[in-house]
This record gives sequence, structure tokens and C-alpha cells, in this order.
Amino acid sequence: MKDRRHALLELGLLAAAALLPFALQAIGEDYYIGFAARLAIFALAATSLNFVVGHGGMVAFGHAAFFGGGAYVVALLMQAGVVSAWLAWPAAVAAAALAALLIGALSLRTKGVYFIMITLAFAQMIYYSVISLQFAGGDDGLPLDARSSLAPFDLGNDRALYWVALALLAASLHALRRVAASRYGRALAGIRQNEARMEALGYPVFRLKLVCFVIGAALAGLAGALLANQNGLASPGQLYWTQSGMLLVMVILGGVGKRYGGVLGAIALLGLEEALGLVTGHSHFYVGLALLAVALFAPRGLAGLLERKA
Amino acid sequence: MTQLILEQALNGLQFGLMLFLLAAGLTLVFGIMDMINLSHGSLYMGGAYLGAAAAQAAGSFLVGLLAAMLGMAVVGAALETLLLRRLYARDHLAQVLATFALILIANETVRMIWGPQPLPLNPPAALAGPVELFGFSYPAYRLLIIGVGLAVAAFLYLLVARTRAGMWVRAGAANREMAEALGVDVRRLFTGIFALGAALCAAAGVLLGPLLAVQVGMGENILILAFVVIVIGGIGSIRGALVGSLLVGVVDTLGRALLPTLLRAVASPEVAGHLGPALASITIYLLMAAVLFFRPQGLFPARA
Amino acid sequence: MSGLLEIAGLKRHFGGLWATNGVDLAVREGELHALIGPNGAGKTTLIHLISGALAPDAGTLRFAGADITRLGMHARVARGITRSYQITQVFPELSLLENVRLAVQARRRDFGSSFRFWRPASADFSMIEEAEEWLGRVGLAEQAGEHARDVSHGEQRALELAMALATRPRLLLLDEPMAGMGPEESEHMASLIASLKGTQTVLLVEHDMDIVFRLADRVSVLVAGRVVASDAPERVRDDPEVRRAYLGDEVQ
Repeated sequence: MKDRRHALLELGLLAAAALLPFALQAIGEDYYIGFAARLAIFALAATSLNFVVGHGGMVAFGHAAFFGGGAYVVALLMQAGVVSAWLAWPAAVAAAALAALLIGALSLRTKGVYFIMITLAFAQMIYYSVISLQFAGGDDGLPLDARSSLAPFDLGNDRALYWVALALLAASLHALRRVAASRYGRALAGIRQNEARMEALGYPVFRLKLVCFVIGAALAGLAGALLANQNGLASPGQLYWTQSGMLLVMVILGGVGKRYGGVLGAIALLGLEEALGLVTGHSHFYVGLALLAVALFAPRGLAGLLERKA
Repeated sequence: MTQLILEQALNGLQFGLMLFLLAAGLTLVFGIMDMINLSHGSLYMGGAYLGAAAAQAAGSFLVGLLAAMLGMAVVGAALETLLLRRLYARDHLAQVLATFALILIANETVRMIWGPQPLPLNPPAALAGPVELFGFSYPAYRLLIIGVGLAVAAFLYLLVARTRAGMWVRAGAANREMAEALGVDVRRLFTGIFALGAALCAAAGVLLGPLLAVQVGMGENILILAFVVIVIGGIGSIRGALVGSLLVGVVDTLGRALLPTLLRAVASPEVAGHLGPALASITIYLLMAAVLFFRPQGLFPARA
Repeated sequence: MSGLLEIAGLKRHFGGLWATNGVDLAVREGELHALIGPNGAGKTTLIHLISGALAPDAGTLRFAGADITRLGMHARVARGITRSYQITQVFPELSLLENVRLAVQARRRDFGSSFRFWRPASADFSMIEEAEEWLGRVGLAEQAGEHARDVSHGEQRALELAMALATRPRLLLLDEPMAGMGPEESEHMASLIASLKGTQTVLLVEHDMDIVFRLADRVSVLVAGRVVASDAPERVRDDPEVRRAYLGDEVQ
């Protein structure tokens, strides 16, 4: 009964989100359709990181490599003449997954803070490599001549891009929920709570965690492909460590390991930034204060606060 | 060629010593309290701004340097007592969130006070020129930085190796619970360490100010380098921080200066042109990955 | 007679101390074999060496006829060596049922891989039924839905045993299963272990002499990193070397 009410609520929210562009057009705020697309894209990226941090128990500090990397794959392919999203987006996913397989295989030999630091180091390597490659645009990044072609759909306007991003976000949330309840997901839950015990039970802990890391990276690559389309640019800033920090902040803010933690965190952080930007030129100051308050007083994030109210 | 290598090695030494000023405080915070402090770079930035402003007002570089160190020591002590102390017992995620928030606040505060433009900071006029050194000329100001860096390293070594407070620090880094049980007032000790670390950050910020730019975001770049240093050296180890700093400073500087040339000798100019700069800018990260791979606890583990 | 587990000349040192100093030991198929010894005799080190948590410096371990000396813990579990822990090691935030179900799921030879991403684990009824059976076996059927952190210490130890059994080991290593228990809980655990006799090969490390001599088919005595006797309980009890080296100060 409770599950069905939840499912109905979720469907209702999804429908409302899908209708959002019409509402924004009706009140003449078309600009915010693009902003909504950005929210959906960052929600997807943060959700992908939350799978790694919240389900896999790995505090990865290099997620920007996969997120920004996905954007660069799309931009580079476009430069090479590949316009089709049906080719470029899977390529972004595959490239992110492959990179994560290598980085994860090396990084998972370490634990705790060393894991945080080594994932950070690998992401910085990718950042510095990319900005020193002239064909990748160096410091300026790589602009896209046009959006990817998702024939038969037309991605030309922000509304279409928003719907695609929203659909991919909803599909990813659904898929991750299935995964969390599957044998694989339950095994991850065991690892998160007591890794040594899972090892003693005979689970291939290293491979289970590596797969989790790769899944998270693959979804981040997809989000990156969308981001390149939304920004019309793959930029080095998307690969820099502060971007990894931003995604991690979204996850912690929203709720680590919570189903909608990434979504809540992305909406709250970007929404707050946008709203404060309207009234002050120094929005980051107040965003910082808000994050500080959450860190001190809401240890389980916004999702934790909502649950307590419910 | 030899002259180039020698000059770049001196530059590397100079950069490494400045990294050490940042890494020394960071490694103790990290090692003793198991605390990830992303805002360490903000202390460096704050120090540089404070120093530049004070130097301009007083017309003296030295006054700027001392004012920055004193000012940031106070800021650091206040930050530790009022805020960071509450985070020691929390997990790394909460620390990341809170100290990332501090970066945002610090950057914006600096923008509010000094505006978005970089601040000018000139080296002392007496040291503006070059000096003759083993047959080549080297900027006098860079020599000063090397001198100050060496002096601070020696001072820290004596402090940690020879004094009672230093013994407490070493005991705390090796085993905090044990140190507490032996009657060390870790809370006060830690406020002290944090204030000292902040003053060293400020010194690095002011000294590097004339060479790099005093601007918002300067802390984020160097913070990651400081983390690389302490992971290579071994978290919690001052000696590791010194060795790691020099290693990173020299490898990075020499790599940037020499790798493109070396590559041109073995690969086609086109490949070398693309690969050289890329490879040069990631050598230290490769170094860190290699160290973690073969010695997961760093070169000088502080904990047994 | 050849054993399921055969250990020959096993050595392991820490710094200058030989915690295991030439252990020879055989555990036969189907027996309940107890390992006793004074504190510091190297019992826990030996369990670590058998489970694969530690690697030996010298000597060999053979299991079911195959050399397993160089195998890691993961590979030894796959061959059928499971240990339970001295310090309770369960999954605190999961239900008792889920704790045991994870142990059942670990048996890839029966249930297939854990790399299955789509079907809910709760739809694998056979796994859940089996987990319920194991819980019933250790007397925890009623508490199946509770979180492991919410049940008593004794119940956590029983859960630990159920998890170990659920991996269907050929050899079960029990490291002080009664540690930290009151007399009543200890008695319950003793009867659980007794109920395994004949069907499950067990190597039991235990301090309580009374229980050891009551339950064990054979007893091995470890003193200063060596096995000084390995025989039926009553003969071990009467062995003069054992009495001198060890029992003298505990059993009169």
C-alpha cells in the first residue's frame, strides 16, 4: 500500500516535471527551460556519483574526469564529423566506463583517504592532459558547432533537450533502484557495512566494487554528453577537481546513499545559486554558509531531513 | 644545457620549499585528526591578499609578510576553535562538505573586499635584480625564497624533533588516543598547530605572490599539489612532507623544462609537440600514483 | 589415516616471535576437533593461517588432498573452508534474514554469480527459504526481520554461526564462539555446536575446558606455537606432557 502510494507520487512528480516547460513558456520564462535541463543533467551526474559513494561505499574524488570526459568525447567526435547522438553518446559512456575500469583497478588497491587522493590524482592527470592538447582546445575548451542529432527527435530547442535529459534521469533512477535490490546490489550493501566479512564469505569484493565504480562512471559519461549539448561546449572546468568537489557536495547535501540524494542535492545547490544570483553578486558566499549549516546540523542530508518529517 | 638544468633545479627547489610551507600544516591536520581540510588553500590565498594589501599600505614587503602571517595565524586559530573542531569526529564526507563550503566563502569574501581583479605584489626593490651565481645570473628574489624556505624547514625540524610540543605532535601523529592518555592536551595543541600551519600558508602565499598571481582561485591549484606532496611523503610525517615537497617541486619544474626537449629527441616533432606538455604537466600525478601503488602508506609512514 | 585438512611444519613469525613454530595437525572428515592452549599459544594465528587471512613463512596446508598453502582467503572459501569470527562480524544495518541470505548468496556453485543486476534478490525464493532454515536451526526464526544491531550479543553470535553454516563449508572454523557470553547463552551455543556433530567437520578454538572435553571427538593442544598432543579427549587429559605444559594450572 505504501509502496503504491510512493510509486504514484513518483509518477505524479515525473509528469509534473515533464509539463514544466509548458508552464515556464506560459509565464514567459523560457530561459528557465535551459536551466531545468541543466538541473536534470547535474542530477544525473550526482546520482551516478551517489551510486559509487552511497552504494559502493567508495568516496571517489575524481568523478569530474568521467562527467567532463563524456562532454569532451561528444565534442571531439563532433569535430571529427560524427554528429549522431546514437553514436556519440554511447561512445561517451563507453569511454568513461573504460577509463573507470583502468583508474578503478589501480585505485581500489588503496583504502580510505588514500582512495580519495588517488582518484583525485587520476582526474587531475586527465584535466592537465586535456588542457595541454591543442586539438582538444587547450584552456579554451572545445565548442560544439551544433547539438547532437538524435533523429528522429529534434534536439534543437532547450525543451527537447530537457525532455531527453529528464527521460534519461528517470530511466537511470529506475535502473539504479533495480540494481540496488538485485543480488549485486545486496552484495554491495554487505561490502559497505563490512568489507572484511564479505571477503570471508567468499565474495569477490574487488571486482564487485570495480563494477560499481564503472557503472557510476558510465552514467556520468552520459550526463557529460548531455552537458556538452546543453553548454554547446566541452570546457576544462568540467574536468577540474572543483567540479568533482561540486558533485560530491551535491551528493552529501542531498543524502548519501538515498535514492533521490543526487537529485535533491543538484536541485538544491544549483537552485540556491541561481536564486541568490538574482539578488546578490556574491551568491557563493551564501551558498557556502548554507552548505556549512548542512554539514554541521543535517548529517544525513536533505533526504534525511525529509524522511524525518515524513 | 647544464646551466638550464641547474637553473631549473634551483627553481624546483624554490617551488618545493614553498609547497613544504603548505604541506607541513596540512599533513599534521590530516595525520593527527584524520581530517580532510580542503580549505587549506584558502589560508594561502587569504595570506597572499592580506600580505599584498599590507605591503601596499606600509610600503614594505617585510611588513606585508609579517602582517599576513600574524593575521592568518589568528584566522586559523579562530577557524579551528569555532568550526573545524566540530568536524574531527565526523566522517570524511562531512569534512569535505564543510571545508568545500569554506572555499566558496573564502573566495567570495576576498572578492567582496578586494574585487575580482588580481592584486599587484612586488618583490622588495633591493631584490628585484639578478645575482651572479656559478657563472650564470639568477633572480635574487628567488634566492631569498630558497633561503627563507630552508630556514623555516630547519625551524620546523627543530620544533618537532627537539621540543616538548614537538614530541607531543609526533606522539599525536603516531597514535592520538595514546597521546591523550599520556596527558597531552590535544585540543590546545591542535589549535596551536592549526595557527602555525595557517601562518606558514600565509608566508607561502606572500612569498609566491610576486612570482604567481595574487588572485581568487590561487588556493585551489596549489591545494591539490599539497595533497599530492603529503600522500607521497606519508600522511602525518613532517619529514615526509619535506621530502615529498622537494620531490614534487623538482620533478614538476624539471619535467616542464626538459621533457618536451627530451621527447623531441626520440619522437617526431609533431608527436613531441602534443605529448610533451601533456606529459610534463602530469608527471607528479604519475609519481604519486606510482608511490601509492608500491608504498600505499607513502614514503615515510607516520603510523606504525 | 588421512585427514580433510592436513598441516605440516607450519611456521609464521611476527618480528622475532614465532607465533606458529612448526605445527603438524590433521582434521578428519566429519569430526569435531577442538584446539586448546594457553593464552599466547598461537591459536588465533593458526586459525588465520588456515583461513588464509595470513600467509605462512614455511610449511604446507593440504585440504581435501590439494595443496592450498599459496591460496588466498577468497579461494579457500570457494574450496569449502569457512571461519566464524572471535569478534562479532555481522552486518549491523541489515536484517538477520538478509545477513544469512548474503551468506547463502555467496555460494556461487549453487546459486550462480552475484553479478546479476536486474532481478530483485527478494524474488529468489529458494535463497530466502534456505536462509530462513538456517535461522531456524540456530533458534533465530522469530527475529528474522530485526536488524542485526538490535539483537543481543548471544543472538549475534548465533547469527554468526548461521552465516558460517549457510556457506555449507566442508570445514568450519569456529574461533571462540562462546566469547563474552553468559552461562545460559554459552550452554545454548554448546548445544548448537553439539547438534552439528556427525554432519559437519568443525575445528573449534575454545577456552572453556568443560565444553571442549564434553563436545570434542579429538583435542589438539597448542603450546608456544607447537602441537604437543592430538588425541581423544580423555587421553589428552591424561597425557603427562599436556598436564605439565598446560593443564596443570587450570584443570586439577
